[in-house]
Formats: sequence, structure tokens, C-alpha cells
Amino acid sequence: MKRTWKEKLIEKSLKWTATLSIVIVICIFIFIFKEAVPFAKKPGLGELFRIRWAPVSPLRESFGILPLVTGSVLVTALAMLLTIPFGVGSAVYISEVAAPWEREILKPFIEMLAGIPSVVIGFFGLMVLVPLVKSCFGLATGLTAFSGGLLLALMAIPTVTSISEDALRSVPRSYKEASLALGASRIRTIWRVTVPAALSGITAAVMLGAGRVIGETMAVMMVTGNAAVITFWPFESVRTMTATVAAEMGEVAFGSDHYRALFCIGIILLAAAFGLNVAAQKVLGRYRMGK
Amino acid sequence: MSRNFSQKWIYWLMRLTTYFVVFVVGFIVLDIVWRGAGAINVEFLFSMPRRSGAEGGIWPAIVGTLLLVAGSIVLAFPFGVATAIYLSEYAEHGRFTRTIRIATSTLAGVPSIVFGLFGLGLFVIFLKLGCSIVSGCATLACMILPTIIVSSEEALRAVPQSLREGSLALGATKWQTIWSNVLPYSIGGMLTGLILAIGRVAGETAPILLTVAAFYLPRMPRSIFDQVMALPYHLYVLATQHPDTAAVRPKAYGTALVLLLLVLGMGLTAIITRIHFRKKYKW
Repeated sequence: MKRTWKEKLIEKSLKWTATLSIVIVICIFIFIFKEAVPFAKKPGLGELFRIRWAPVSPLRESFGILPLVTGSVLVTALAMLLTIPFGVGSAVYISEVAAPWEREILKPFIEMLAGIPSVVIGFFGLMVLVPLVKSCFGLATGLTAFSGGLLLALMAIPTVTSISEDALRSVPRSYKEASLALGASRIRTIWRVTVPAALSGITAAVMLGAGRVIGETMAVMMVTGNAAVITFWPFESVRTMTATVAAEMGEVAFGSDHYRALFCIGIILLAAAFGLNVAAQKVLGRYRMGK
Repeated sequence: MSRNFSQKWIYWLMRLTTYFVVFVVGFIVLDIVWRGAGAINVEFLFSMPRRSGAEGGIWPAIVGTLLLVAGSIVLAFPFGVATAIYLSEYAEHGRFTRTIRIATSTLAGVPSIVFGLFGLGLFVIFLKLGCSIVSGCATLACMILPTIIVSSEEALRAVPQSLREGSLALGATKWQTIWSNVLPYSIGGMLTGLILAIGRVAGETAPILLTVAAFYLPRMPRSIFDQVMALPYHLYVLATQHPDTAAVRPKAYGTALVLLLLVLGMGLTAIITRIHFRKKYKW
């Protein structure tokens, strides 16, 4: 009897421990909202929709996050524009074209890129890429949205490649064989059979990559110039939401309007990442079911 | 003929794309190794920084990073493994299990700066722990929990079902089976995941920025409620915040190299561990 009692206890305690990740997720929502919500009373949510971000101003502070949102969107769009061809292209190459020995080397190598800390990539960007962008395009400064997009693409490629490659590899062999047996060339088989069959996995990969890009902080903060202006021109300095929080949180007074505004930005980031993640899981779930 | 030709052309295009990415990775690593190697010597590694980092070494930042890594692993590993054991051995399909899985993948997707805000709100302000090593470790532990859960669960699931059945058939209880017939064989996979998590924690900057890292603190931490310097934040400071960024560039490259070696070294250790355990247990 004592034995079953002990077994029960172990199972129960493991079950309770397993709820920890649920608890943490709930706590994240609670504590970010808790610090942000007073902003809605004073100075009011309308303040966030202004077009100027000037949280420290002798005349009148303005907490318009529009320039920060457009900054994040611009950098993310540029990064994804580069990530999709490079990430998916190399995934197709690694899974369908490369020789087995080549694959064994390439995949860990690209995944190693994911391991390089973002601050190191940002530092490399600052030292090498920024001067290069400046001289190549004859700009006044190389600290531009374009530089940020390039670095972020570099950070998203391993995510996209790795997950897309898994998706491509799990396409049943019989699909490809059927297509080849019908006389389609290898490239046509890849293009019309393998890639469409893995499309949901690839879509999920791109979404997860985008999630990573939106939340990226250090590299972006170091190379985009941090000018809070509304622009869609890649060769201008922009300021992203993440960089704003990281750069300004150290200097604000706890409980001030500025402090609350930064937590409001946190909510937007959390919502964006959460949305992309849920969407990606949905797509992946459908793909698993279809398998 | 033309069909073969265009096929070759497209293959080459894809090969070029892939190797371009490889080339860029290699270039980054080599650039940092090449320019950072000159800065590294015994004094740089083991002495205090002077004149806000322009002279002296990075010893407190190294210690700080090691403390943060150790603390967050100690906090996250037991909980991560316990969750993984529950998910792989006990959980039935149902709403509860599904919620845990959704929470875990949500946690994995939360941006690191949001973890920083969360740590600031919960540990630093609400629990009044202040900007301290405890707050930083707790924040980082929340961040790596999903990584540990996922890799440990994979390791547990890789153990063949027959091992469990054999033990159960001999009359062992479920927990005895897990303890003596499942955990010992999944330890390799768990370690691999753990080492990868260490690499990730060591390089994170945004969460520690808000919860623990000191801009410049040339002394050892006195207690776990003290602030510390950390390698990634120190690199950020040297690269962008220092009044004389050009003069401290060699120090910045040196710091980047130490950080890179730490992280890539961990990655390599993970690969070696995986190979070692794969050889040891072959099903």
C-alpha cells in the first residue's frame, strides 16, 4: 500500500511541476499589463497613437509609438525579404540536392549561426557592415534600417532553414518517386511536388523566423541608428520597438508615464510574437495531421 | 538537353545561396577571431577593468556571466526535466497536456526583451529583489525553461518502449521503471539540451540589461543580491556606449571573442556529448 501511495505522490508532484510553464506565461501577461495599464488612465491610450516619440521633452512629452511601429515593420520586412529566398533556398538545397556528406556538414554549420549571440552579430555589423553600407551606397551614415534588415536576416535564416528542411525531409518518398516515374525532371519534382507538400511546414518556419526578427533587440539597437522617424525608405535611420525599450528602460523613473509607455510597447511585442507563434503552431498542427 | 541545362543552372543557384550563408557565418567568426586574438592575454582575462573598460581586463564580466549561467541552470533544469518526465511518461492526451504544450511553445516565442520587462516587473519591483543576480537568474531561467523541456522530452521519448515494458513486467512500479530504466539512458540527450541552453543564456543581453547587469562595476559581487557585469552587456557598452569607442575597440573585439568562444565551445561540447552517448547506447 505504501508503494502505491509513493507512486501517486510522485505523479502528482510531477504534474504540479509541469504547470510551471503555464504559470510563467500567465505571470508574463499579468506583470506586463500591471505596469502598463495605468497609462490608459493618465495620459490615456490616445497618446500612443501620436506620430512623435519624444518621451523626454522640456515642453511637452509625446508618447506616439507610430514611428517605432513603422521602424519595426520596415526592418522586419527587409529582413524577411532576404530570409525567405536564402532560408528556403538553402533548405531545399540541403534536403533535396546536397550529397549526404554535404548535408551532414551544412546543417550544423547553419545552425551554428543561430548560436552566435545577437550582441556579437550586432558588434560585427557595427564594425564591418555599417561602414560597408555607408561607402557602398554613399550615405551620410551606415546606421540604417537596411543594415538592421541584413543582420536580422542572418539571424532568422538558421531558424527558417532548419525547420523548412525538416518539413521537406518528411515529405513521403513515394510522392517524389511517383512524380519521377511519370517522367517529371528532378527540378520539376522539387518545384511541383516536394515544395508544395512541405508548404505548411515552410510557412510555419517563415512565421517563426519573423517572430524571432520582431523580438530581436541588441543587433537592431546597435546598427539601425535609433532615430524615431516615420519612414519606409530603407536607407534611413529608424528606431524599433525593442531597441526603444532596451535603450530607455535604464533611464526612466519607475512609475512615470514614460516607464508605463515602455511597458505598453512590451504588450505590442508580446502580442505580435504570441500571434505569430500561435499561427505557426496552427499551420504546423494541420501539417502534422496531414502526414 | 535544355532541360538538363536549366536544372543544372537552378541547382547551382541554390548551391550558391547555401554556401553564401556558410561563407557569411565563417566570415563573422574569422573576423572576430582574427581581430580579437591580439587582445587576449592573461591580464585581459583575469584582471579588473580600469578607466571604464579602456584598460585592464574583463574578469568581473566573465565571473558575472558564469554566475548567471550557473544560477539560471540550477533553477530551470530540475523543473524542465520534471515537466519533460510528466509529458513523456505520465501525460494523457487531453486539455491539460495540450495547455502545457501551448504554454511551452508560447514561452519559447516570447521576445527576450519582453522577458526583461517581465523580470523587471515581477522580480525586481514586485518581489523587491532589486537589480540583482537573483532577479537575473530567475528571468533567464524562465527563458530557457522551454528549451530544456523540449530537449529532455525528446531524450526520454528516444528510449525504446521495450525497456519500460521489460521493467514493468518484472514487477517494478512506474517510478522505479523511470528512475532505473529510462532516465539513465536519456541523460545524454538531456545533457545535450542543457549545454545548448547554457550557450544561449551566456549570450543573452536584453533580459539581463533590465534585471541585473551593471554598466561598469570593477569588483566582485558581494552577495546574490548584488549587481554584476556580464560579457554580452560589457561588449554592448564598449561598442556603443563608451565615450571613446575607437580607443576601446581592441578590448571590444577581445570581449566578443571570449563570448563567441564560450558559446561556440558549448555548442561543440553539445555535439561531442551527443556523439558520445549515441555510440554508447545503440538500439
